[in-house]
Amino acid sequence: MNLLKVENIHKRYGKEEVLKGVSFELKRGETKIVIGPSGTGKSTLLRCINRLSLPDKGQVWLGGEEITHSKSNINQLRAKIGFVFQDFNLFSHLTALKNVSIAPIKVKGMKKEEAAKLAMEELERVGLGDKADAYPAQLSGGQQQRVSIARALAMSPKLILFDEPTSALDPELIGEVLEVMINLAKDGMTMLVISHEMGFARSVADEVIFMEHGVIVEQGPPQQLFSNPKHRRTGEFLHKITELYGETN
Amino acid sequence: MGLVFDWAWLPQLAHGLLITVEITVVCVLVGIVLGLLLALGRVYGGRLLSIPCSLYIQFFRGTPLLVQLLMVYYGFPTWGITLSPIMSGILALGLNTAAYQAEYFRGAIQAVQGGQMMAARSTGMSLAQAIRYIILPQAFRIVIPSWSNELILMLKYSSIVYMVTVMDIMGVGNTIAARHFSFFEVFIIVALLYLALVFIVSQLLRMVERHVQIPGLGEHAEHR
Amino acid sequence: MEVSSPIIEKRIVIEGIAVIGRYLPGLLQALLTNVQLLLALLAVGFAIGTVVALLQVYAGHFLGVPAFLYEWVFRSIPALVLLFLFYFGPLQFGVSIPPFFAATLALGFRSSAYQSQIFRGAIQAIPQGQMMAARSMGMSRVRAIISIILPQAFRLSLPAWSNEFSSVVKDTTLAYAVGLNEILRHARFITERYYNLAMLAYLTIALIFLVLTYSGNWSLGWLEKRLRIPGLEMAGVSGRGRNLSK
Repeated sequence: MNLLKVENIHKRYGKEEVLKGVSFELKRGETKIVIGPSGTGKSTLLRCINRLSLPDKGQVWLGGEEITHSKSNINQLRAKIGFVFQDFNLFSHLTALKNVSIAPIKVKGMKKEEAAKLAMEELERVGLGDKADAYPAQLSGGQQQRVSIARALAMSPKLILFDEPTSALDPELIGEVLEVMINLAKDGMTMLVISHEMGFARSVADEVIFMEHGVIVEQGPPQQLFSNPKHRRTGEFLHKITELYGETN
Repeated sequence: MGLVFDWAWLPQLAHGLLITVEITVVCVLVGIVLGLLLALGRVYGGRLLSIPCSLYIQFFRGTPLLVQLLMVYYGFPTWGITLSPIMSGILALGLNTAAYQAEYFRGAIQAVQGGQMMAARSTGMSLAQAIRYIILPQAFRIVIPSWSNELILMLKYSSIVYMVTVMDIMGVGNTIAARHFSFFEVFIIVALLYLALVFIVSQLLRMVERHVQIPGLGEHAEHR
Repeated sequence: MEVSSPIIEKRIVIEGIAVIGRYLPGLLQALLTNVQLLLALLAVGFAIGTVVALLQVYAGHFLGVPAFLYEWVFRSIPALVLLFLFYFGPLQFGVSIPPFFAATLALGFRSSAYQSQIFRGAIQAIPQGQMMAARSMGMSRVRAIISIILPQAFRLSLPAWSNEFSSVVKDTTLAYAVGLNEILRHARFITERYYNLAMLAYLTIALIFLVLTYSGNWSLGWLEKRLRIPGLEMAGVSGRGRNLSK
């Protein structure tokens, strides 16, 4: 059964139509990677999925519930969808531990001690148990992103959306974040990831989606899409990306 | 109880308004001159000058304007200096705003110090020349937004001079209001006059600011 | 004559100080009224200022525009005019309200306008991502404002708020104009009996206020350091534009 179903999403900013009817599905435990040139609406798509942006047209279902329905309890639904931002967006006035525990406390009504224990577990899961009392500004970019993944995990989400999670990081810090994400995929987490880390895509993605100009041009298993793209544009883009990022494994 | 209004109030209030504007403009000008001297004293004066300048600034910024006004009006005569009410008002407001303006100047001077000063001295300018031709022209431009702030602040604070019997807009309003026991009506009008005055002056100042900006240099922060 | 005059001067000054010394307890008693008014003004200003700032930033035009208008009006009308309107205005219609209460409203609303400007600047200085991250985790807007935005905004506001504090401390003396029994009114007991001690009396009051403003600012500076978020550099937000710090 599909965990996430996105159907015919349209989104317009002023005169520019950023998304022109995007549809795809995501099964439980699946990881899909979205690639494509910048400005093609990848981030907008992700934000439409948890309604941080409201799509102009189209529907998004999580399980049996329609997220895009105007009467749906959006806060409750968002609590089931983790979101990891490109620039982390950790709450600057809270320690790593409190960043992870605040939503369980305030949104789920969890007891403070219980939430703290849970937060500690999640921090340990991303290898940052020793940084629990550090404030975001005291952490490296890679560490901040790992905390933000722990923050998403603490809500026991059904699905995590990653919006270019490593593109704001220095090259030497990318590995630690990818490692956490690979482990998540192995543990069976359902993930939708915008990323141009080809090695990462090759090793964990069940499917790669290539988007351009607001539409999905092509999608398929990484092996097939990378070595034998059906569309000319996909091939050109992949070529450019390998030049830029190198052929990581 | 009905409200009272008399058209004859308006010319009287308008005259008061003129006094308000006069006092504000003069005291801000006094403040510029004195403030500049204080700032130069603090930055370049050495210990002998910078400490008294600094004490002056702290005193006037740390104490209520009204106390300063009462000092000038009731206190100075005990030292043998007797000033008219309006002169007392201008002096107190001027001494007060000078302390604030000195700090704006000091900040601005220190912002353009360093490289600019070194470059000026390296061309053979004396310290005084460097201050006069390089530092101050830049510092002035930096200070302009603070001036407009200060001007508008003084426009409003100048209303305290009525407490030493000056017939500014507040003084005139108080007199009319007391005579007809019509505080509400009169002070609504006075409030509206101040609103209009503040609005017009701030628009004018905004125009001036735009005019004197150095193209491409630190588009200063917007301020409402 | 010429030789003895400095000695006489000195004697007068010493006697004057003795007189002031006798009145000092009364002056300090009256200062308590200023301090009470100060606390009332800061509280009113803080509460309303926060609400106005939130309306300005988060409400639509329907509430946002009135909030901006409120701020502009109460910042543009001089304190004395507000005091007169709030004290003599009701009096004229037969409603007598105590000067302290009138001053709390008039100067409190005024401070709320300045404080709203400070808080608005601080809220707007917080990166958009903070709200977005909070919403993405299922927090409602109100919850995100309370738990994420305001705790950061108040910290960011402290330096400017400290300036507002000094302005308000000093402006409590303006309530003298509506007959509040505060320190300047009490000083009249001295100046009316000892006309030649006016300067000394007002200097004494000035010194008291120096202590009050600078100790207040020092405490707020201490608070700011204590609340500082480790590792984070915060750009201050400007307030009334009359900076007392430094």
